[in-house]
Amino acid sequence: MNGIVPAPIAALPWRVIFVLFGLATFGTAVLYSAAGGSFSPWAGNHFLRFCVLMTMAVVMSRLPLDFWKKITFPLYLVLLLMLVAVELIGFAGGGSQRWINLGVITFQPSELMKPTVVLVTAWFFDRLPPSKITGWDAIWPVAIMLVVPSILVIIQPDFDAALAYIFCAAVVGFLAGWPLIYFIGGGVAVAILAPLVFFFGLRPYQQDRVLIFLNPENDPLGAGYHITQSKIAIGSGGIFGKGFGNGTQSHLDYLPEGHTDFIFATMAEEWGLLGGLIIIGLYVLLMRWGLKVAMESTNRYGQLVAGGLTCTIFFYIMINLLMVVGFAPVAGLPLPFVSHGGSSMLTMMICVGIIMSIERHPGRKAFS
Amino acid sequence: MNDKRGPTTGQLEFTFSRRALFIGGVQAAVGAVVATRMAYIAVAENEKYKLASESNRINLTLIPPRRGWFIDRIGKPIATNRADFRVDIIPDRLQNREQTLGTLTQLLDLKQEDLERIEKELKEAQGFQPVQVAAGLDYESFARVSVRLPDLPGVSPRQGFSRFYPSGAAVGHLLGYVGTVSAEEYRLDKNPLLITPGFKVGKQGLEKTMEMRLRGKPGAKRTEVTARGKIVRELSTRSDTPGKPVQLTIDIDLHNYAARRLGVESGSVVVIDCLTGDILALVSMPCFDPNSFSEGIGRLEWKMLNSDDRIPMLNKSLQGLYPPGSTLKPMAALAFQQQGIDPEEKVVCGGGYRLGNRVFKCLGRHGPMDMRSAIMKSCNTYFYAMANRVGYDAIAPVAKQLGLGQEFPLPFQSQRYGTVPDSAWKRKKYDQEWSRSDSLNAVIGQGYVIASPFQLAVMAARIASGRMLEPEILLKNRAAGKHLPFPEEHLQVARDGMDLVVNGAGTAVRSRLEIPGITMGGKTGTAQVRAIKGGQRGQGGARRFRDHGLFVCFAPVAQPRYAAAVVIEHGMGGARAAAPVAKDVLTFLYDREKAMASLEALEAGWGGGIDERMARQYAAFQAGQGVPVAERSEM
Repeated sequence: MNGIVPAPIAALPWRVIFVLFGLATFGTAVLYSAAGGSFSPWAGNHFLRFCVLMTMAVVMSRLPLDFWKKITFPLYLVLLLMLVAVELIGFAGGGSQRWINLGVITFQPSELMKPTVVLVTAWFFDRLPPSKITGWDAIWPVAIMLVVPSILVIIQPDFDAALAYIFCAAVVGFLAGWPLIYFIGGGVAVAILAPLVFFFGLRPYQQDRVLIFLNPENDPLGAGYHITQSKIAIGSGGIFGKGFGNGTQSHLDYLPEGHTDFIFATMAEEWGLLGGLIIIGLYVLLMRWGLKVAMESTNRYGQLVAGGLTCTIFFYIMINLLMVVGFAPVAGLPLPFVSHGGSSMLTMMICVGIIMSIERHPGRKAFS
Repeated sequence: MNDKRGPTTGQLEFTFSRRALFIGGVQAAVGAVVATRMAYIAVAENEKYKLASESNRINLTLIPPRRGWFIDRIGKPIATNRADFRVDIIPDRLQNREQTLGTLTQLLDLKQEDLERIEKELKEAQGFQPVQVAAGLDYESFARVSVRLPDLPGVSPRQGFSRFYPSGAAVGHLLGYVGTVSAEEYRLDKNPLLITPGFKVGKQGLEKTMEMRLRGKPGAKRTEVTARGKIVRELSTRSDTPGKPVQLTIDIDLHNYAARRLGVESGSVVVIDCLTGDILALVSMPCFDPNSFSEGIGRLEWKMLNSDDRIPMLNKSLQGLYPPGSTLKPMAALAFQQQGIDPEEKVVCGGGYRLGNRVFKCLGRHGPMDMRSAIMKSCNTYFYAMANRVGYDAIAPVAKQLGLGQEFPLPFQSQRYGTVPDSAWKRKKYDQEWSRSDSLNAVIGQGYVIASPFQLAVMAARIASGRMLEPEILLKNRAAGKHLPFPEEHLQVARDGMDLVVNGAGTAVRSRLEIPGITMGGKTGTAQVRAIKGGQRGQGGARRFRDHGLFVCFAPVAQPRYAAAVVIEHGMGGARAAAPVAKDVLTFLYDREKAMASLEALEAGWGGGIDERMARQYAAFQAGQGVPVAERSEM
């Protein structure tokens, strides 16, 4: 420390803050252009939200690791109750509902459940004796912790969330040392079951959706429209893009959801391949940071949580980017830190905040 | 904690770091896949997607070219374009058909008849092909629809041009009409212009045959549109290149006059310039109004046109065939002289000519007749006798040289060329030998011989000019035709005879021109529609059995300048029905005021001009049809 910058500020994890700031600023610029060169309704809101939630994450990073460990299971139970409550409110309101309105912000328990699943599985593996990791005892508690929230969100219905829970738990299990055979066997089972489910388990209209994903041009006006328009936006952008504010696909409404799920396409149209590589590069830095924190942590809970939460963020990035370039079916997952939307930004910042906390409290070798 | 069979904490630490690295690898791989895919779309397929993005963004609308004008020989317009407002429906974009049509009916005051047509066309329409709701609208109606557009998806109001024929029905057969492209025509030529709303092609007559010259090049309007079809801005507009004008040989004032002069009769008038062969008037009446077609003809009007016994859809001057009757006698006179008959040789007419045991009657007892007086009096006996002497095989070639049985290289879709019979023709057609009585019938223009009014006009022009005139409808500089292969004295005999018909003691003396210094030569003809039975001469009774009246003529006699043929269907006689029309038409060429005075007196008796009478006829027809609802008719 050279004394000019106060120690508490200098101690902040500036590198990741810069990365996130870069992503959010880029997102703000794209949203500014998508609104036809205006900070309202998206860009200003987005940046303000980022600043508030970034501050929240920094505050979270001050909390010791033990705090997270202690609140993990209670937090899990509270969220389960909230999922039930959402279900009941929705039932009473006569329609499906995913959020609880807390007045100041609307609050989506299924969204918050994603990092919580990581916390709770990590908490479980931390308590599990290492020798039991290969046995049955390492599976059934995770299964129960996973199945209960999954069923609750599937009722909503929100399959994407259930899929995210399974992904999060699987990643933590993988990092915790589950035998590889589970994953290989699971992969083989999916490979065998998928065609069977497709031909015997799905209704014709569901089959159509899958076929449209595989061949979006066959349905230019229906579900394939999103993917086709997204590819047109990216493809017409070329290497350097059409220039800031010149995207026609987004400005003339050809690209649906251009400020949320398809913001990457909106960006690529104006910034081209170059912009895409910048965003991907920033994500690479973010992921590297998260995994590095995980590997440098000496605490098993910290390792698993940092690794798991990094992968939670990664899950969003992967699904969104693969969808936008036409490699995954249309799913309603936003692009972290870039897309407009409060609920997902909150989740992402909670993930970042906890990882930052782990970075700050790597634990002591002596304990292990 | 140490279990022999389970992993240790240290092993799990190790596993963790390996697996975390593996996950990092997977993440990097996904990143690489996305980056590669993006590079592929944005670089390798850039052109394709750029195009797709442009075609998303830019809506190209063709502006139909204005059609080339038809102008007459001195440049007066015959067919022009009139700015108008129109409303179309694009079937593809139509959402609520019933509601939209209901609103349009209210706004545009559509009639039941229009609605039926629209419904029918909507049913048959291919998605992209616009269906016309109404054309020729005034600005008020256009504005009414325009302000309601947000509630009327699929409705397209436009400003455009429609074909306008100032002469109306008078030029219907000459020019034909224009209409929207049929599905069949579009299949043959997939030009996107063809299905542009407001674009019309020639459907008949010169409009059809001159199509390529008249069409012009479309303009284009590029607009930027949103995904919902809202126009953001106009990018560029290239205006249309109007089609080239077509100058006709027609003298439109003369043509219109002739059409009006035909009045309530069904017939044709053809006037040819004896110096060049230019067609000055080519009239066939009654006729449809081509303006009705350019706005989309109503079902009822169409039905009326097709049920009229005077066949307004037929161009009688080119496609009507009639026994020419005595109008062929001057031609026969040429043939007789060619065969060495002295024009001064006399035949005594005792009221008929005996051939074997059959008497061929004459219309009178003319006494001694030479060639000139036989033409003047239209004495059949003289022509029977001479035709019997030379045989029709000697006359037919002369008839053909004068244009009978000939098809002319004119840009009309169809001409009927009739028949000039001879022995070879009869053998081929009926497998019978030519008989002497066939010759006698043919020489007075009855029997097998039939010709169109246009051919008769050409014949008159050739006799009058002594030249091999080629009729022409498109104005251009041409050499006068070469001389006919007849000596001038022979031609003069025929002309003298025709002079006497009008100015001597002939059959058309009542139709002398009342213009100082100008006289007209002519020949009347009366053609039987059916064989004469008993005493009936085709001079009365049901209209369809009455004789046709024909007249061929030229003027001035001293130095022929104009030749004409007039045919009045069922007019009961050339002198009675056709010659007065010819007289007025030729008068018009020399003294318009006099001709107009004569016409106006006549029109007062007929109940108005062409438009007035047609409007009245339509109203009467409409009333006769009762409430035109459940009627079905074929278009």
